[in-house]
Amino acid sequence: MARTTSISPAAPAPEAGELVATGRGRYHVLTRYDRRVLALMVGIPLLLDVVLIWWPTFSSIFLSLTNWDGVGDVTPQNFIGLKNYQFLLSGGYFQFWPAVAHNFIWLAWLTFIATPLGIFFAVLLDRDMRGSRIYQSVFYLPVVLSLVVVGFIWELQFGPTEGFINNAFGLVKSGHIIDWLGNPRINLFAVLVAASWRHVGYMMVIYLAGLKSVDPTLREAAKVDGANEVQTFFRVVFPVMAPINTVIVVLTTIESLRAFDLAFIINQGKNGLELLSILITNNSISESTRVGFGSAIAVILLVISLGPIIAFLSQAMRTVRS
Amino acid sequence: MDESREDEFPRRPDRRITVPHTGVDLPLDLDLTRRDILKIAGYGSLAAFIAACGGSNPTTSTSVTATGGKMSLGSYQSDSVPKKALADLVTAFQSANGGTKVTVNTVDHGTFQNQITSYLQGTPEDVFTWFSGHRMRFFASKGLATPIDDVWNAVKSNYTEGFANSVKGDDGHVYAVPTSYYPWAVFYRKDVFAQHNYTVPTNWDDFKALCAKMKTDGLIPIAFADKDGWPAMGTFDILNLRLNGYDFHVGLCTGQQKWTDPKVTSVFKKWAEITPYYSPAFAGLTWQQAADQLLRKQAGMYLLGLFVSQEFLASGSAADLGQLDFFPFPHVGSPYDAEEALDAPIDVYMVTKKSPSLSSDTGQAKAFMEYIAKGSVQTQYFVESPGAIPTANDADQSKYDPLTKKAADIVSKAKKITQFFDRDSRPDFAGPNGMQQFLLKYLANPTSDTMSLQTSMQSFWDSLGPE
Amino acid sequence: MSAIASGTAPSDRAALRPAHLPRRAGKGIRPGRVILHAFLIAMTALWVFPLFWAVYSSLRPISDTVKNGYVSWPAGGLSLDNYRTFWTEADLPYFYANTLVIVVPSVILILLLASMVAFACTQFSWRFNVTVLMIFTAGNLLPPQVIIVPLYHIYLSTPIPSFTELDVGRFAFPFFSDNNLLYDQYIGIMLIHVVFQTGFATFVLSNYMKTISKEITESAIMDGAHVLRIWWNIVLPLCRPALAAMATLLFTFIYNDFFWALILLKTGDKRPITSALNNLQGEFFSNNNLIAAGALLAAVPPILIYIFLQKQFIAGLTLGSTKG
Repeated sequence: MARTTSISPAAPAPEAGELVATGRGRYHVLTRYDRRVLALMVGIPLLLDVVLIWWPTFSSIFLSLTNWDGVGDVTPQNFIGLKNYQFLLSGGYFQFWPAVAHNFIWLAWLTFIATPLGIFFAVLLDRDMRGSRIYQSVFYLPVVLSLVVVGFIWELQFGPTEGFINNAFGLVKSGHIIDWLGNPRINLFAVLVAASWRHVGYMMVIYLAGLKSVDPTLREAAKVDGANEVQTFFRVVFPVMAPINTVIVVLTTIESLRAFDLAFIINQGKNGLELLSILITNNSISESTRVGFGSAIAVILLVISLGPIIAFLSQAMRTVRS
Repeated sequence: MDESREDEFPRRPDRRITVPHTGVDLPLDLDLTRRDILKIAGYGSLAAFIAACGGSNPTTSTSVTATGGKMSLGSYQSDSVPKKALADLVTAFQSANGGTKVTVNTVDHGTFQNQITSYLQGTPEDVFTWFSGHRMRFFASKGLATPIDDVWNAVKSNYTEGFANSVKGDDGHVYAVPTSYYPWAVFYRKDVFAQHNYTVPTNWDDFKALCAKMKTDGLIPIAFADKDGWPAMGTFDILNLRLNGYDFHVGLCTGQQKWTDPKVTSVFKKWAEITPYYSPAFAGLTWQQAADQLLRKQAGMYLLGLFVSQEFLASGSAADLGQLDFFPFPHVGSPYDAEEALDAPIDVYMVTKKSPSLSSDTGQAKAFMEYIAKGSVQTQYFVESPGAIPTANDADQSKYDPLTKKAADIVSKAKKITQFFDRDSRPDFAGPNGMQQFLLKYLANPTSDTMSLQTSMQSFWDSLGPE
Repeated sequence: MSAIASGTAPSDRAALRPAHLPRRAGKGIRPGRVILHAFLIAMTALWVFPLFWAVYSSLRPISDTVKNGYVSWPAGGLSLDNYRTFWTEADLPYFYANTLVIVVPSVILILLLASMVAFACTQFSWRFNVTVLMIFTAGNLLPPQVIIVPLYHIYLSTPIPSFTELDVGRFAFPFFSDNNLLYDQYIGIMLIHVVFQTGFATFVLSNYMKTISKEITESAIMDGAHVLRIWWNIVLPLCRPALAAMATLLFTFIYNDFFWALILLKTGDKRPITSALNNLQGEFFSNNNLIAAGALLAAVPPILIYIFLQKQFIAGLTLGSTKG
């Protein structure tokens, strides 16, 4: 903080940490009172954020080096170095690699099926046509629903003996029941259908907003050049939408890594629905009490998440800086 | 358990106990080395479950209890029927104990169990509902439960020695008061059996023949549901007990025996003979849905605990309940058939350690523990919420319906009793990402070679740290 | 986010206005349009169906569906009995109250804190302002499971005073903690929502505030106004649309959460409706018809918000789109 409170139009560039109102070439040095207020405005939320989010994050890294069972204090005897990681990565924990695979199937499904479908809906609805608003409303209705509710609603569709699908197609009567929720080869995809129900609308809303801000003259120009709608979209609109495309990819990735609720609600994330987030919970906040081990899985999830988080930040901060 | 600490707990000298009213001597300590086994054996070797051996009046001691004041109770009895019964019990206790104000925190079964470790370490209530077996001793040895030897001294004359052993921790102290138990058996509807002229099978071949017959009659021979993961353990337990005997089963639960043992393979082989008769899509069904199949005469039989009767009441009528009957799991032709072993889990109440209010409420909590040990209290609870049998000697058996009488009888005839896999084994092995998952994996393809599965079960066990 | 990323001003928030140029070329019905509508109608039908099915199941008595199966005409008639059963037996109003007590203060606090940070970071330039924004944004993007174990222990070891309790019938709200801890308290759940979502709201609001001309702040300072005044009297009113959008969105986020409450509350009676609902499944629920009724009852508040505040809701998503 600068010690002066005088307003000096000719002041040099501010010192480190100095709070000054920005103006083109003019710097108004704030009063000490104002600086303190601003410091508090940033400091209190920042302190909370650091204490309740970042401190636990780093604690997780520490705990992952222990075999702590969650009871009592962590003692030096609990420290076991990288053993948890060795064990996980060497396939010692039979659930780990399946969970990683499921997270990536989740990601692939959302990236190649749900997100493109959302984009497709957005492109279709981004035109002056009757009923566009109604279509939009329907597609994003699931976005407001809790995943618990989404899970219940889809269990009503997928239930093996009482669900809509098996009954409507006569599979229950004919005895050819498909176990949508219990067969480990297909239940992940049943859950992904439910997840997509929500994800498609979400992506559509975001993309639609982006499309509406594309300069219309670009499209007109493409049209004049004889491009059809598909060509116009891929050659003109899509490239202009680059920032939004990044955001969408990042959001899809983060959603996939965070996936938890649906699988947890359906069968507590076992039998084909293992996910990293669920393994963390089932190992460290359950009767199992393998806190150190669960934390190692948490750290692996953290490391994987850092990729999209950094991608998002660099995209977002580019716009903040601009 | 840490092996090095083993020495601190030398084995107690060989003890034998007598099954009440029978004069039969049973070894209390089996010839196994680990403490865990001793404990399970201590309870399990008893046919001493007979609640019928009353006669002695409980001596009540007021030295450790207090009236008035307040206390709190953490309960997993979230289903509406037992919840109401417990609420009535609490009300009765309040007036019987000088107006003690009791706060009850009800959390659903699944969540309560999942979060028990954090619950007990956090700010638990003074008293909580729990299970006996390894699951009780585990938390006792972690120092998360308060020993209640004084309470037990006041009420022990109202319990058989089998129950007495079921509530002892590794350190020899008493940590719980047992309040009810129930057997696992094969349930069926009498009217369905009568209609098709089925007879109760007593051996494996008859059992399979009955399954085949039911199938041709258009029934699901065996209702089965494993979406929740734990119900399949009941079948594993009983097959292992029948084929390989009690000692092997307990050894397996506690790590003394290997999962790669051919005996385990034989269980899976035997099991595969009846899996074709299971409910279709069982991995996506809850136990209530499978119970409904039995209730609605879609299925012929169902291996489950006595609590299946609750679903008959909830979704059916009293008439449906009247049709419910059961038979013990059939003999399989092994030497261990004679053990007549079965799962008969005991539900208990325990006193926590870290309850913030415990220091002021200890007397009231202990008064509550003594209160629920009374036969009259347990009987009243049973009348309101049937599905489990009272444990106290002086419980009024004239209030039992025929099904309950039969259930008490089958347990008393069993020479070996286990709790249930997830109560007899360590929780990190038995949980959703352990045993539950292994059994689901097996059930997805029961006829395939199970050795690789058994290998991964064993390596998972080996990977678990000291308990 | 998107609107900002594509450089539009807050005034023409894309989703809030109709499509830009009419591109309808010819008159009359074009076959392309017919196919388009047919496709969209088919897709919307597909989208609505699961919800419709839940409504239909919830209106049928269990006896009817047991007898005739779920895919059948309502021989037993339709009724609200399942809703009535669920409402009374599951003690639903009580859980709604829990939710309300958590959501409303949380949303207000988040908006206050986030707008302060966004204000300080965008209206003034100082060395670490972008870093601070990144700390908040990144924190919001972390999977909650990564922090849950240490957070749980922090909650167990943070002392919180208890002064008094607000009793309204069966419902009691402690000020601030009835066990002197953060754990198992309404304020504990509020706090983690506030901290987690402040990251998101800060990011969105700072994007929005960035578009406000800094000269407003500047001249106010020249006129001798204190920063607190500028924030409260000048910048916040300018941000009203963004704040409304955020409030709507945050309400649904927090309403719909079930993870934090699942882990950080031990008392069943303190659970907000979404977590309570999950707990009731398989316990109280004995059949699909009741499950459907329960799920729909829990979904009513967010759906109402969506219907009446659709604009704000969508604007919130498109402004921020770091969360869903």
